[in-house]
Amino acid sequence: MAFFLEALFGGLMAGMLYSLVALGFVLIFKASGVFNFAQGAMVLFAALAMARFSEWIPIWTGIHSRFLANVMAFVLAAALMGIVAWLVERLVLRHLVNQEAVTLLMATLGISYFLDGLGQTIFGSNIYPINVGMPKDPLMLFERTFDGGVLLNLEDIYAGSVAALMVAALSLFFQKTATGRALRAVADDHQAAQSIGIPLNRIWVIVWFVAGITALVAGIIWGSKLGVQFSLTTVALRALPVVILGGLTSVPGAIIGGLIIGVGEKLSEVFLGPFVGGGIEIWFAYVLALVFLLLRPQGLFGEKIIDRV
Amino acid sequence: MLYRENGQLKTTYGADQQIFPIAQDRWLIWALIAFAFIAVPLLADEYLLRAILIPFLIMSLAALGVNILVGYCGQISLGSGAFMAVGAYGAYNMLVRIPGMPLIPALILGGLCALAFGILFGLPSLRVRGLYLAVATLAAQFFADWIFLRIKWFTLDSPSGSVSVSNLQVFGLPLQSAADKYLFCLGMLAVVALLAKNLVRSAIGREWMAIRDMDVAAAVIGIRPMYAKLSAFAVSSFIIGMAGALWAFVHLSAWEPAAFSVDLSFRLLFMVIIGGLGSIVGSFFGAAFIVVLPIFLNQILPAAGAIVGVNISTAAVSHAEFMVFGALIVWFLIVEPHGLSRLWSIGKQKLRIWPFPH
Repeated sequence: MAFFLEALFGGLMAGMLYSLVALGFVLIFKASGVFNFAQGAMVLFAALAMARFSEWIPIWTGIHSRFLANVMAFVLAAALMGIVAWLVERLVLRHLVNQEAVTLLMATLGISYFLDGLGQTIFGSNIYPINVGMPKDPLMLFERTFDGGVLLNLEDIYAGSVAALMVAALSLFFQKTATGRALRAVADDHQAAQSIGIPLNRIWVIVWFVAGITALVAGIIWGSKLGVQFSLTTVALRALPVVILGGLTSVPGAIIGGLIIGVGEKLSEVFLGPFVGGGIEIWFAYVLALVFLLLRPQGLFGEKIIDRV
Repeated sequence: MLYRENGQLKTTYGADQQIFPIAQDRWLIWALIAFAFIAVPLLADEYLLRAILIPFLIMSLAALGVNILVGYCGQISLGSGAFMAVGAYGAYNMLVRIPGMPLIPALILGGLCALAFGILFGLPSLRVRGLYLAVATLAAQFFADWIFLRIKWFTLDSPSGSVSVSNLQVFGLPLQSAADKYLFCLGMLAVVALLAKNLVRSAIGREWMAIRDMDVAAAVIGIRPMYAKLSAFAVSSFIIGMAGALWAFVHLSAWEPAAFSVDLSFRLLFMVIIGGLGSIVGSFFGAAFIVVLPIFLNQILPAAGAIVGVNISTAAVSHAEFMVFGALIVWFLIVEPHGLSRLWSIGKQKLRIWPFPH
């Protein structure tokens, strides 16, 4: 039982991290109908920027407080994601308005390659640590209930709470601010939104910027767990089934989808894996998402926009 | 002046419907084929054959397969690497497990394995399309990666799924030198390209294009979407599977599952986009472009860096390669969505009316 709980908690935490990446997908899809394949590259780019800026800032400015350096690095990295968002809108999206979804998908694939190359050219391609002071100590729970207790990483709990906070902030942003309302209007209907005076181009910059911030947060958390390295981009591929499962247009769907995929992966790996040779978590999520696609193509919470063939 | 079809009257249906209706095109293509089959093996050196021409031929074959699915039938696929892997390991198993199995039937059987795999993972295309289909085909990619890494039966219990073949023979002739391998690949490519070209301009090819352009309308005029889509998946994955087997046998000769990773799938998609969606000749252009570009950058960038006094490492070159690929994809999608093949046909049109502008 303790073992099961441990796997369950591990899965939930991994799922929380997946949903952070998935959030970026959902945000952009909601506001522009573009499925942003470059989210993974953005995570890597933002994490690289964060890691390197926090390393360089003490050298440039002589500030030795780690907290201050991290805050400045965060601001700089966020500004960089803003520039990326603006450039993407200026150079790519503006020219591809009204194109088919598949064309846009391939364009974001191009963006992702470009960002991968650019990030590593500017910031280098080694493994860099991010140290934002997350505690590394393990935590024992239920020691009285079970023999040996349940082992938890305090780091995972922090990461989970950051993710939850992020989601809450985003829902507030979407529901309560004027910009959020404009974003929802654009998501509903591009033409109608434009006709009542919402500037589509600016909205796209904003939404890519918000997705960039999400990528930055996801990158910091993943980076401080695993170190910032090229393999971070594959995290995006792992998060793809999450959005399919949760529905492409639903923020809560991304969270719950992430949790389901995270738990499913861990439990299947632990309990099913040994029978088929292990390592099944790579494709388990995809198969889960495929089954879902066949039964309920719009996902758990998505709006019914998918056209049946 | 030279490139005119004036006076070439077509008096039979056959003459009207041939692949190259203009006589100059026919002469050119025969000259090209003769050059590729006779002159190139004599003139090209070992490096040119092994590093550029053989990869180019095999990737053209794979891009041809991808183009049938993505370009002609409009079903986006990110699992082409998986189809190549299935073809490669399928052919490998046929070759090793069945004693006395000749090479060409093994390649074809490998292609058939990929065909079955392709139909299986093409089934979701009957329900979903676009982005959702992309995810479904990605599932094929990760599934294939896992199968060949973990299930030892497919790789004859070799550690980490790495296998190798040696002493390849075609009709009793050994396939040893680079020139032999080049000729073998060229022969396969020529046959498959001819078949594919005829397939896409026959009834089934028109069905694929109808499905691509508007599936509801296609269904209304009596095209069965299921049959058309699955046949596109089947033909495409058969060709990709054969290309995968060739890539593994002839080009790599020892390989592991990582050789057919998702990166390869993306690259194949890039070839088709850059070369031209829905164009046979575009597959060749795209493959040539993607194969040659990294080699070109590897040569040019360090030299250019040396001129301005900057030392450019190989890592920097590979990052530059990523950036160039990405920028080119976006550029092509915006400026020339029909790819290099469109530029080619514009050039031909201009040549026909030269020296007049219209």
